[in-house]
Amino acid sequence: MNNQQQQHQKTMDRVQQGLDRRYRQERHFRWLGMGAIILGLVFVSFLFITIISNGYTAFQQTYVKLDVFYDPEMIAPVGETNPQVLSKADYGGLIKASMRDMFPEVTNRREKKVLYGLISSGASYEIRDAVMNNPELIGTKGEVWVVADDDFDMLIKGHIDLRLPESDRRIKDNQLAWIHDLQEQDRVEKRFNTTFFTAGDSREPELSGIKGAAYGSFFTLLICLVLAFPIGVAAAVYLEEFAPKNRWTDIIEVNINNLAAVPSIVFGLLGLAVFINFFGLPRSVPLVGGLVLALMTLPTIIIASRAALKSVPPSIREAALGVGASPMQTITHHVLPLALPGMLTGTIIGMAQALGETAPLLMIGMVAFIVDVPGSVMDPSAVLPVQIYLWADSPERAFVERTSAAIMILLAFLISMNLLAVWLRKKFERRW
Amino acid sequence: MNETSAATPGLAEETEAAAGTVQSTDDTVGEIYVDDPRMTCRNVDVYYGEKQAIFDVSLDIGKNQVISMIGPSGCGKSTFLRCLNRMNDTIDGCRVTGQIKMDEQDIYDGGLDVVPLRASVGMVFQKPNPFPKSIYDNIAYGPKIHGLSDNKEHLDSIVETSLQRAGLWEEAKDRLDQPGTGLSGGQQQRLCIARAIAVSPEVILMDEPCSALDPIATAKIEELIDELRERFTIAIVTHSMQQAARVSQRTAYFHLGKLIEVGETDQIFTSPRHKLTEDYITGRFG
Ligand SMILES: Nc1ncnc2c1ncn2[C@@H]1O[C@H](COP(=O)(O)OP(=O)(O)OP(=O)(O)O)[C@@H](O)[C@H]1O
Ligand SMILES: [Mg+2]
Repeated sequence: MNNQQQQHQKTMDRVQQGLDRRYRQERHFRWLGMGAIILGLVFVSFLFITIISNGYTAFQQTYVKLDVFYDPEMIAPVGETNPQVLSKADYGGLIKASMRDMFPEVTNRREKKVLYGLISSGASYEIRDAVMNNPELIGTKGEVWVVADDDFDMLIKGHIDLRLPESDRRIKDNQLAWIHDLQEQDRVEKRFNTTFFTAGDSREPELSGIKGAAYGSFFTLLICLVLAFPIGVAAAVYLEEFAPKNRWTDIIEVNINNLAAVPSIVFGLLGLAVFINFFGLPRSVPLVGGLVLALMTLPTIIIASRAALKSVPPSIREAALGVGASPMQTITHHVLPLALPGMLTGTIIGMAQALGETAPLLMIGMVAFIVDVPGSVMDPSAVLPVQIYLWADSPERAFVERTSAAIMILLAFLISMNLLAVWLRKKFERRW
Repeated sequence: MNETSAATPGLAEETEAAAGTVQSTDDTVGEIYVDDPRMTCRNVDVYYGEKQAIFDVSLDIGKNQVISMIGPSGCGKSTFLRCLNRMNDTIDGCRVTGQIKMDEQDIYDGGLDVVPLRASVGMVFQKPNPFPKSIYDNIAYGPKIHGLSDNKEHLDSIVETSLQRAGLWEEAKDRLDQPGTGLSGGQQQRLCIARAIAVSPEVILMDEPCSALDPIATAKIEELIDELRERFTIAIVTHSMQQAARVSQRTAYFHLGKLIEVGETDQIFTSPRHKLTEDYITGRFG
């Protein structure tokens, strides 16, 4: 009896001795975990702050008000409505004339050229479109707001350092004086930059937009989803539910896992060799991009789908088989509906990866400079991440903010896709 | 004392061995045949991979009878039960040899396809496993896939009668559209029984249907089994000797994959002939 008590006392002492250390370990682990999370948050907020502070100005664009005389001599006689005649007229000349009227003191040819350069080369298209929409403008006078050149725009947004010597500045002193005059006359205004959302790429920053790249990404992802989701789910269902468990299926499983870890550029090379060189599909088109990304996403979808199928309790299968459902009915009526949220989550995460993928698309020529917004999967186009890469490579200051703006758009897509994944999981999650 | 002859089925009846005297496990003691069998099993062996789980079991299951299977844990009761509707097919590496017939049709030899077999041999599992769907859909699923109902009204009536027979109608009639998984454990098990009887099977296999239930729910299910006997043939695995005694007409005792003894329930519980059966029943073993 005494002996037992002693034994008990000894145990308690031992436990007490170790207790401090155990709790200390637990505290340290908690601190480490919190530190890791804080570090992560700091990096993420740093990323967001830099991108947003660099990019938010891209959503505005400087416009200049011009008094334009729709000179019948330069366009066409009053009453002309034939679009072919109207479209050929020299609208740039109208703008130049208007600028000359505003600054009659500028006479030197070189200076005149610099003066005209304040207005974007795209402004003439605006006026052309206005005239073609309404030929009655010919012969009248009117005020038009036109897009300013990117350097002008940068100055208005405060991105040009005026303390630098004139030779180091993109905006010279004479331009500064003209711009000052324009501002005095209330002819300069910042407006929402619709061009950014309605145009394709351009050499001129003020005329460039992400619509082309966004459509390209959309078509590419569409092809990717249409191919990868059904094939991936079918492969997962076959491997998980029908295939015998033997050496062959083990080899297949190992290979699928390996494929998921292959660098994406290798898929690009494969796509180049197979789809473009062998099957002769055109370069730079979303179809080929989608095919390559589908190859890349398949392993992700297969692995996620198999995990989702595995998590369906066997008792549900037994219940279905027990009332006489065939294996196919068991899967389509019971297992798939339960596994679907997991499969969708995996698919959306795979799609989000594909959306941000650049390297394989470079290999199949989606890095080309393409102005037109693609209308189908067979039209050459860029994709968002490649557009970001191209703009980040351009020297103009105005492309810096557009790069950040494009990143913001891409991040917005990614975040909404991930939120969709979370929402789907929450919505279809079922207990049993 | 004539152990060898007592161990031979059929002869056992005549030799009238005294209680608990047989010790050989080579052959089954007692009457494996019945006059009016629904299912007949002959020399059934089951292997999980290399490992043999059932050794040479022969047994008849009589029409409109309840046969209970008892024995220590791991002796192969579930394995044997799952042979009767070929649920073992779903386990990788499980192999069944021997002959199992249902109404003169061999169920393993292509004589009967698994789908109709499982439609006529229903199963209730140890753990209640309702589908994560509504109560109505749980029961309507079987009749739907087998095309047993002609129209919506017919299906409704199948659902209602199945629930009534399973003693769940009163509790469930106002919540048919609510998920079956929201019911209590005992209610879920009765739901599973209702699901099994909705396809009007001929045989119902029950694997420890009451192991997770309280005495009241158990009593309800036992009552139910007694009623169901009028229409169905029932094979039930149970760990409760009292339950076996209460619900079954015949009892089979398994030990280490062998069918040791089978006979009228009264006889098994009052005067078991085999030593192992006696030990198990009197609580000296298992
Ligand atoms: N899926 C399986 N794979 C391999 N061996 C199995 C499998 N299922 C059962 N066994 C083995 O077969 C033997 C019989 O198992 P079974 O489940 O039939 O026992 P039981 O009598 O139902 O036991 P319990 O009363 O505990 O449910 C056991 O030795 C078990 O280990
Ligand atoms: Mg069991």
